[in-house]
Amino acid sequence: MEDIRSHRYIDGKPRLRRFHQARWDEPIIFELSCKGQRGILVPDVEEEIREQVGDVMASLPEYMRRKEPPALPELSQPQVLRHYVRLSQENLGTDLNIDVGQGTCTMKYSPKINDQLARAPKVAELHPLQDEDTVQGILEIMYRFEDMLKEISGLDRFSLQPGAGSAAIYTNVSIIRAYHESRGEGDQRDEIITTIFSHPSNAACAKTAGYKVITLYPDEDGYPDLRALKAAVSERTAGLLTTNPEDTGIFNPRIEEFVKVVHEAGGLCSYDQANANGILGITRAGEAHFDLCHFNLHKTFSSPHGCGGPAVGATGVRQELAQFLPAPLVEYDGHRYHLSYDLPHSIGKIGPFYGVAPVVVKAYAWVMSLGAEGLREVAEIAVLNNNYLLKKVLEIPGVSAPYARGKRRIEQVRYSWQELTEETGVHSEELGLRAADFGVHYWTSHHPFIVPEPCTLEPTESYSREELDEYAAILAHVAEEARTNPELVKTAPHNSTIHTIDQAPLDDPNQWAMTWRAYKRKVQEQAE
Amino acid sequence: MWGRLGYREFKNGMEKKRLGLIVNPVAGLGGRVGLKGSDGADIQRRALELGAVAESPRRAQLALEMLSPLKDQLEVFTYPGEMGEEVVFRCGLGATVVGVITQGKTTGEDTIRAAEEMRGLGVDLLLFAGGDGTARDVYEAVGLTLPALGIPAGVKIHSAAFASSPMAAGELAASYLRGGVPSLREAEVMDIDEDAFRRDVLSARLYGYLKIPFRRALVQGAKSASGPGEEPAQRAIAMAIVELMEDDCAYILGPGTTTRAIAWQLGLEKTLLGVDVIKDREMVGRDVGETELLELLQRTRAKIIVTPIGGQGYIFGRGNQQISPRVIRKVGTDRIIAVSTPHKINSLQGRPLLVDTGDGELDRALSGYVRVVTGYGEQILYRVSCFATT
Amino acid sequence: MGKHKPVAYPYIPNSVPDVKRQMLREVGAESVDDFYHDVPENLRLKEPLKLPDPLPSEYALKRHVEGILGRNRTCGEYLNFLGAGCYQHHVPAVCDEVNQRGEFLTAYAGEPYDDHGRFQALFEYTSMMGELLNMEVVNVPTYDGFQAAATALRMAGRITGRREVLVPQIIGADKLSKIRDYCKAQLGIRPIGYDADTGHLDLDRLKAAIGDETAAVYLENPSYLGFIETQGEKVSEIAHEHGAICVVSVDPISLGVLTPPADYGADIVCGDLQALGMHMQFGGGHAGFIATRDEERYVMEYPSRLFGIVPTRVEGEYGFGDVAYERTSFAVREQGKEWVGTAAALWGITAGVYLALMGPQGMAEIGEGILLRSRYAMAELNKVEGVRAPLFEGPHFKEFVVNFDGTGKTVEEINRALLTRGIFGGKDLSREFPQLGKSALYCVTEVHTKEDIDTLVSALQEVVE
Repeated sequence: MEDIRSHRYIDGKPRLRRFHQARWDEPIIFELSCKGQRGILVPDVEEEIREQVGDVMASLPEYMRRKEPPALPELSQPQVLRHYVRLSQENLGTDLNIDVGQGTCTMKYSPKINDQLARAPKVAELHPLQDEDTVQGILEIMYRFEDMLKEISGLDRFSLQPGAGSAAIYTNVSIIRAYHESRGEGDQRDEIITTIFSHPSNAACAKTAGYKVITLYPDEDGYPDLRALKAAVSERTAGLLTTNPEDTGIFNPRIEEFVKVVHEAGGLCSYDQANANGILGITRAGEAHFDLCHFNLHKTFSSPHGCGGPAVGATGVRQELAQFLPAPLVEYDGHRYHLSYDLPHSIGKIGPFYGVAPVVVKAYAWVMSLGAEGLREVAEIAVLNNNYLLKKVLEIPGVSAPYARGKRRIEQVRYSWQELTEETGVHSEELGLRAADFGVHYWTSHHPFIVPEPCTLEPTESYSREELDEYAAILAHVAEEARTNPELVKTAPHNSTIHTIDQAPLDDPNQWAMTWRAYKRKVQEQAE
Repeated sequence: MWGRLGYREFKNGMEKKRLGLIVNPVAGLGGRVGLKGSDGADIQRRALELGAVAESPRRAQLALEMLSPLKDQLEVFTYPGEMGEEVVFRCGLGATVVGVITQGKTTGEDTIRAAEEMRGLGVDLLLFAGGDGTARDVYEAVGLTLPALGIPAGVKIHSAAFASSPMAAGELAASYLRGGVPSLREAEVMDIDEDAFRRDVLSARLYGYLKIPFRRALVQGAKSASGPGEEPAQRAIAMAIVELMEDDCAYILGPGTTTRAIAWQLGLEKTLLGVDVIKDREMVGRDVGETELLELLQRTRAKIIVTPIGGQGYIFGRGNQQISPRVIRKVGTDRIIAVSTPHKINSLQGRPLLVDTGDGELDRALSGYVRVVTGYGEQILYRVSCFATT
Repeated sequence: MGKHKPVAYPYIPNSVPDVKRQMLREVGAESVDDFYHDVPENLRLKEPLKLPDPLPSEYALKRHVEGILGRNRTCGEYLNFLGAGCYQHHVPAVCDEVNQRGEFLTAYAGEPYDDHGRFQALFEYTSMMGELLNMEVVNVPTYDGFQAAATALRMAGRITGRREVLVPQIIGADKLSKIRDYCKAQLGIRPIGYDADTGHLDLDRLKAAIGDETAAVYLENPSYLGFIETQGEKVSEIAHEHGAICVVSVDPISLGVLTPPADYGADIVCGDLQALGMHMQFGGGHAGFIATRDEERYVMEYPSRLFGIVPTRVEGEYGFGDVAYERTSFAVREQGKEWVGTAAALWGITAGVYLALMGPQGMAEIGEGILLRSRYAMAELNKVEGVRAPLFEGPHFKEFVVNFDGTGKTVEEINRALLTRGIFGGKDLSREFPQLGKSALYCVTEVHTKEDIDTLVSALQEVVE
């Protein structure tokens, strides 16, 4: 009898998986439509109501009555379910893959117990405008979680209203704007400073709020350039928005001086804590004298990413700025939790109600399960995992970790495959697509590619040593293939759900199609 | 293997694209043996005596190999022997050979003739392997009338009309020929005085512009090879600059396509290679030299608007020497506005912008950090140095 | 319950002391402190964070959280007539099944290859919305309907190059607050008066206010207060005459029976998806949509991702990618296109599932049913002494204003009394719209049976006596 375990190794080294992603070749749902099928039936209206009301449509002007029902697909229930479950299989969620390849996204484990708690009717079936006496439970969780964020950040008040990180950054910028306006300097201070390695939303949100954006490039070692900052500040400076550690995984050792320089110029400083995972319990925004900050609950605080939301960007401020926060805030008088709208200087609403409650419940439960020591363990192991992976990856010929050479990183690393590309002509994106043939994600960088041929990896604390080894082995294998069989890498992916897409139509107004109806129309037109 | 072709293109049979290839066999000859540049038969002879091996054929081959997946869709035209035929043969590509040369005794004239002929044959893209000199020859022949791209094989290349490496040239050419929505940008061709260079005096003049395929990986949000080029970014910069133009102030515009966009925003024509002056929304000086500038400065206050010229990131000293140290001092070092598209900045890959006015003290004063306008409401803080690193 | 450090953390595999030690050794580090060399000493925390004692066992955690949440009273336990932007509709079980699957729940930002399912599910969502709205471009969802409206107005500003938008005075105060903040840098917001009887936009006032600086006229249909705006055609005509863009915000669940705004001249249509398969979640189930015609000048102004269908290199196979991805960084005309980020994609997928289950018939039936039930409710409420429903004349969808001036009681008093009878009364509008007197916004959907409505009516009868 043969021992199958022996097949897990080749020459003493673990063999890579013979992965193939689910490929259902599933038609577009409209193609599955069969006239007359129903996926669900709606409740009947009682006869008495019909009799009493009569022809309700007659009260609408003709043109307001929809002539024909919308041309939605018609499917029976099992067909709908089957279709979507198949589509669900054609993804690599964190539940499935060693998701260290989505750098800056902090793809950690989202505990299932938290999902369960948050989907209970006691959260799901609450209307936000119910009498406060009936929602004391959820208000308490929001209040307690705010306390946690205050302690973790060192700042004084938080709003959970913004719907994700970028919304939170925008909220912070709006607060900065309100602050300067309240002091009569709104027109004078029209510039916001950020760095090229901060998340691009820092620049974009500042611009949306009407600011001119000044982006600092790093110094030769890849650290944020203090001299550049000094050259950039003036009486026009409204504030500084910075991500720290930056997307390169490098912590700015002079962060305090950065804040000081901006404060001396009269500006405020906002700390984008999207990359907080490696510094929980290690350092805080408060000690560095930041005025504002934000956290991504769907990153650091384990709420699942949901294909791109829902999410929460919790935004925090020093007490002096609390008056500008979006209303309402959750208050507690010792007996009762209460939504306070008493914020006459509030910037206004960011979203319709108070934020995405189920995400807050998950984040709260996550912190409760870990406590202060647990959070510190999260940070330390995330950083250990990252530096362990860094060592393994740097053993691969052709890759480097630019900047801060020889030094450690915090929770992620931006690598460069420049050497390998020069040698083989294979680009980073192509390496990534070939890595997908082994069941993992791989992310390059935000554009523009300041670091050439980039690759950004962020292990987080959720992966085991074996999983990190596997990921590194995949990269090593793919890099080797770039040398020995570049065509295979350049034409990847081969084991994924689909093959190389034709990008050209996406930029051509005559060919792009963002709905099925647009697609059918253009196909028809071209056939004619 | 179809490489990255879309199915539709393959199915419909991409109509054949025409590629022209010119190899300057002596470009880069001097480099490895320590001679700067390789213009002139004497230098070439000396280099060969020193055991130099021509670089450009090998480089051209590296570039062409990137095109072999497309070979069924390509019609290649090239010049005989060492000016391209040999390289094409070694790559296993077929080609139509045109023209006549004397092997071993080719000059810039041959390059010019080759380029003219290939233009006449209607090539979609002209690839040339060589250095600044080769680029100048190609420019002489075709100007902006047809897309071209340089495969770098010279010693140190100042022109921006080259890809960053032979393989990058091949890839860029492949992606351009494969089509979709083609995008091109104008890139500087620099004229380096090689004799002066050999005497350690670097004198560079902006010679012209070639239209080269636009590489979008260096631009924010680029996901596909095709799409619009640099015009939107340049227009945004132009809008920003025009908005902050003051009355009764002259604006000295250095050469460059971004500074040209500023003039266009005001409805004015700009000399592509020269320095123009705009005041109160009118052109008050065209293609001026130092003398005219100094005269102008007697009568009005001014600001200088410059953009990096060439592939090395020089904002002073390469192609805009008319804006001399005296002019700069008269205007005031605090009245200089730098503009650049993000693409140009990012192509520096972290290297600083450079200044070389010829006046060491002024260069040092200009070094440090400069605000560069990169869009509407967008600026960056970037390092300026007076020392080029390699 | 003292401070307690578990032997190993279930969520942190490498926290096992042996493994940690080995890994440190392999990286050549003494301790984890080595990795924080760039963090200055004076910024390092010297003490652990003061957080509550942890509950490391799953059971203890569950008990704790459920204990707190147990204090909530749900709309399953109370009879709920609240709306005002968050709605109680039935959520099909298949919707929950799909959005709870880990494959969707934990996916994020992979490529069109490794996350093809996500791209296809979202493309199908936008396609189904396209049918509902009769438009060819729909975005990948943004945060909520407020954001969608604010972005739609800024898009109009960018397209026209103008700096003022006209909005109805009858607009929710919260939504107006969001629009004001978000549009502050670029647009002035001018409210336009309404007809006191119907609540409809006063067309004369609109004509007087509109001009060369008007970027957009914004309309909500149904209105925030539930009445159906029947002058959509005229409003868009007036807008177009002046070169302005007509932006209409709709409740998508009404579009099985109501004409989609594109058909009466809307250029940009926006709204919130919560009604299409999302539980209320205390206001946490929202997602915003923006739709336009397939014209380049509109497409180029979306700040969201737009997914397009494209062929691959294999015959008959297709995939998806980002359309005109670079537009998000363009600075043409003025500022860039806001920003792109994580928002509410999972709710978009869910809305697609909902629409697929409902199909054309389901959407028509649910719309008709809501019209019938809310009409019945209005008629019955009107019979209660001192109560007037609806306050505005004309047809309503789902929501309507109930006025209590004749009862001598405040809405607050009435709602408190209803609460003791197990009913959540409509949103108190007294402060938001004082000109409407003592009024509340009531919402009736397909979840309300005749019995439920009758219960409300008799309870009110008791309360007002």
